[in-house]
Amino acid sequence: MIPAAFDYVEAVSAEAAIAALGQHGDEAKLMAGGHSLLPLMKFRLATPSVVIDIGRLSDLSYINDGGDHVAIGALTRHAAVETSDLLKSQAPILAHVAGEVGDPAVRHRGTLGGSLAHGDPASDLPAAILALNATMVVKGPSGQREIAATDFFTGFLQTALAADEMLTEIRVPKVPDAGWSYQKFNRRAQDWAIVGVAAVSNGSTNVALVNMGQTPLRAAAVEAALGGGASAADAAAAAAEGLTPPEDLNADATYRAHLAKVLVGRALSEAGAG
Amino acid sequence: MTAVMGTPMKRKEDPKLLTGEGKFVDDIQVPGQLWMGMVRSTMAHANIKGIDTSAAAQMPGVHSVYTGSELADMDLWIAPLPCVWPVTPDMLNPPHYPVAAETAHHVGDIVAVVLADSRYEAADAAEQVVVDYEVLPVVASLADAVAGEKLAHQDLGTNQAYHWALEPAPEAVEAAFASAVHTVKGEFVQQRLIPAAMEPRGVLAVPSPHGGELTIYSSTQVPHILKVMFAATTGIPEQKIRVIAPAVGGGFGAKLNVNPDELLAVTLANRLGRAVRWTETRSEAAFSTHQGRGQHQTIEIAADAEGKIQAVRVHLNADMGAYMMLITPGVPVLGSFLYTGVYNVPAFGFTCDGYFTNLTPTDAYRGAGRPEASYAIERAMDMLAAEVGVGPEEIRRRNYLAGGEAFEDLETASTLVFDSGHYGPNLDAALEMAGYSDLLAQQQARRDAGDKKELGIGLCTYVEICGLAPSRALAGLNYGAGGWEAGTVRLLPTGKVEVVSGSTPHGQGHETSWSQIVADKLGIDPNDVTVLHSDTAISPLGLDTYGSRSLSVGGVAIAMACDKVIDKAKQIAAHQLEANLDDLTFEGGSFSVKGSPDKALAIQEIAFGAFTAHNLPDGMEPNLNEQVIFDPPNFAFPFGTHVAVVEVDTDTGGTTLLDYIAVDDCGNQVNPMIVEGQIHGGIVQGVAQALYEVAEYDADGNCKNPSFLDYLVPSPTELPNIKTGFTTTPSTSNPLGVKGAGEAGTIGSAAAVINAVCNALKPYGVNDIEMPATPMRVWQAINEGSQG
Repeated sequence: MIPAAFDYVEAVSAEAAIAALGQHGDEAKLMAGGHSLLPLMKFRLATPSVVIDIGRLSDLSYINDGGDHVAIGALTRHAAVETSDLLKSQAPILAHVAGEVGDPAVRHRGTLGGSLAHGDPASDLPAAILALNATMVVKGPSGQREIAATDFFTGFLQTALAADEMLTEIRVPKVPDAGWSYQKFNRRAQDWAIVGVAAVSNGSTNVALVNMGQTPLRAAAVEAALGGGASAADAAAAAAEGLTPPEDLNADATYRAHLAKVLVGRALSEAGAG
Repeated sequence: MTAVMGTPMKRKEDPKLLTGEGKFVDDIQVPGQLWMGMVRSTMAHANIKGIDTSAAAQMPGVHSVYTGSELADMDLWIAPLPCVWPVTPDMLNPPHYPVAAETAHHVGDIVAVVLADSRYEAADAAEQVVVDYEVLPVVASLADAVAGEKLAHQDLGTNQAYHWALEPAPEAVEAAFASAVHTVKGEFVQQRLIPAAMEPRGVLAVPSPHGGELTIYSSTQVPHILKVMFAATTGIPEQKIRVIAPAVGGGFGAKLNVNPDELLAVTLANRLGRAVRWTETRSEAAFSTHQGRGQHQTIEIAADAEGKIQAVRVHLNADMGAYMMLITPGVPVLGSFLYTGVYNVPAFGFTCDGYFTNLTPTDAYRGAGRPEASYAIERAMDMLAAEVGVGPEEIRRRNYLAGGEAFEDLETASTLVFDSGHYGPNLDAALEMAGYSDLLAQQQARRDAGDKKELGIGLCTYVEICGLAPSRALAGLNYGAGGWEAGTVRLLPTGKVEVVSGSTPHGQGHETSWSQIVADKLGIDPNDVTVLHSDTAISPLGLDTYGSRSLSVGGVAIAMACDKVIDKAKQIAAHQLEANLDDLTFEGGSFSVKGSPDKALAIQEIAFGAFTAHNLPDGMEPNLNEQVIFDPPNFAFPFGTHVAVVEVDTDTGGTTLLDYIAVDDCGNQVNPMIVEGQIHGGIVQGVAQALYEVAEYDADGNCKNPSFLDYLVPSPTELPNIKTGFTTTPSTSNPLGVKGAGEAGTIGSAAAVINAVCNALKPYGVNDIEMPATPMRVWQAINEGSQG
């Protein structure tokens, strides 16, 4: 629980952070709330030689009305997302899921951008972002680009962010009338989901799964079944189709697949899908 | 003064602790201190072929690096780490030194130690030490140990450390089983648990090079025992050693030991003439601090047609881990006497085989043998109820000692004499509080409606042994120490009171409870009492805190010391008031002469008179300063009924604890709020074993969940509001009539919760479920049950 030695750089702006990333390359890690990075460093599973602290970039902490979407700064704390009236009315699943992350201490420190950029398949927020078809805005030395949420998570703890890029904003489509559900199954309230399901039903239904593969992912088989007119129950039975769920002390692959079916069934029912 | 005994006075300790003013070992800084960084074996069983410390020695801030064989050559210790409870004369106990020199016997065994200027430099350097291991076969589980194909200690030739038996009437047991109408057999696993005190362990040894004295600060439950054991293992003269347990953030038995790290700090500080320290990290604790439980239990009950018990027969295989620590082998033995529970058992037999494994050593953990015993008999009683076809409450009523009526000093089949009990009304109170018949109706209604969320109701009626205690009884168990406790009450010239406590708190609230006892006895304000403790220089006589003994031994010693103070003060009062002793009454802190209420002396006035010694009876020693060393005639046996109500989601296997009702009887109470706190905490630790916690090992002996990421300690969000109630059956083992409450919650709760889970799953053909009852395990059991 004692991290290896590292240098600490406090970034005064997004541009400064990106410049520092460019300077230190793979040796550097951005730190926002620190709730994912610091435990890995304390276990010495991550040993960055430079930590670039972006946690104080308050200009990247905002929740703004962007017309057809809500624009959320990457440094916005989970607690702010959880309590935002704009999000509660326009994308209520995201506010709800933010309230399911960890415990109150984590939610007042952890950030939306940090959680997404970490790309942990067991995290809650990536599933909500996937089910909402959100858009990631990233900045690099050559400017800004947008990445669809469905293209963002590329591998285990890997994202489409280049080594010198930084996630700055998340754009969430407004879906005030959509049915939605978030089903999180765990043993203690503060833990990661053993399996989680986010469903948003707005004409068609998007279903995203937590902790059912190497990345946060969409339940393609469920969505296809629903699209083909299957009942919610039949669609839920396809929850684990084509997936290789992880195995750990809480769940083997068989049990995870079973949980996915049960929870997708509950999510579709609550979201009014199928 | 109104009575303060029995009132929920707020804890004197809390303002300091809650505002961060508590000084724990890690808060104490000494100039020139060196930090130890441990190099721990990454192999569960391996010969150490060589250790390269050259890179580590070059690291910044490093003072020195020592391997096990280098330390062995330094003559730092005169004896191995102590085990004071050799349960049988022929018990195997391979020598265990602080640092392994030739062979590592578990992952985490220390193989080298770095001394550096800071904890960070010590950790960085320890990482640079390269160890060449020759891997040996690993005994990675109790089952491996029993199978015996691999040896945990190559040179022992066997994994079995001892065979211990308590078989007062083997023929009677055989006969009872031969003629029984009903028999049930339960096989249960008591999984290994990682004690998780809020404050990890730590030690700081401060030498005084010119006088040879050593002051050792340790996060320990047992400073007095440490002092003796440091002297016995290092050869440092005992009178030169002072041990201080500063604020200690919980122990649960895990700080009732003499640990390799402590001995390293003591001997290296003594040799180097510099302060040496170490604080355990949380992940390190899974390897460097002993674990709890680790038993496979087989229990059989023979009963007649009505379900009345005729005999109980028990066999345990117990996992010692890699080494015998302070009382490792005695833990299952301590539990042996409780496998008859609160029941009238005509014939009883118990055997236990202790085995070595290549895992972290086991030792006492809250309840130490007794939660295991209570679990086995209480699970088996539910099985018997099902076999006989009566409810769990009815099978218990039919078998209670003394028919559930009040009793005193009753001998049981396990050879102990229970001090007092009154089980029937205690069960009634718990069932009433729980709304038991309503719960049964709700359960049936859910089943009738086809609800996939099943309700389960579980009972446990436990008894425990506490107040470790009578020294002669401990001698009979071959335990290496006595069970007395010392207490001193000293009135200061200004009338204030200092109490010196031999038993040492690590969160229990001794300062408050002892103040209440003294205030009540002397008729003074509890805030005029200060309790001194946990420093062998201030409190030289003591046997410390474990086994729910503080109140029923140490608290009683203090009450008795108050009586001695009052006796002496009365003689002084009689002398100064020129009255006969028999004409004096002591009330509200004042002695007065019967019939002459204006002739009175407050105890504070007498204290000043005893201090000046100007006018004392002839031959009387000055001052009011009395010590009592109390060695009780018997243990104390608290009991109680716990009711757990669970909801099991049969789709996911998830279990939710909906309600928990505990009606405990710990005799008379000093501070009901503190008792309630102890009961709450104890219950949660039993719930944790039932539903959440297990130290998991792979086939190579690696702990798979050493951190709080994967080792699930439940938090308040997983728990209902625990409802507590009490009945009061005073103990006959001490003049205060008190029993003990520190472990009771843990002893009652694991069985209650698992009985509830099994009760919920009865329609699915599930008769038992191994702890912890994880959602996956429950789901698998439902699947297997419905298929079978």
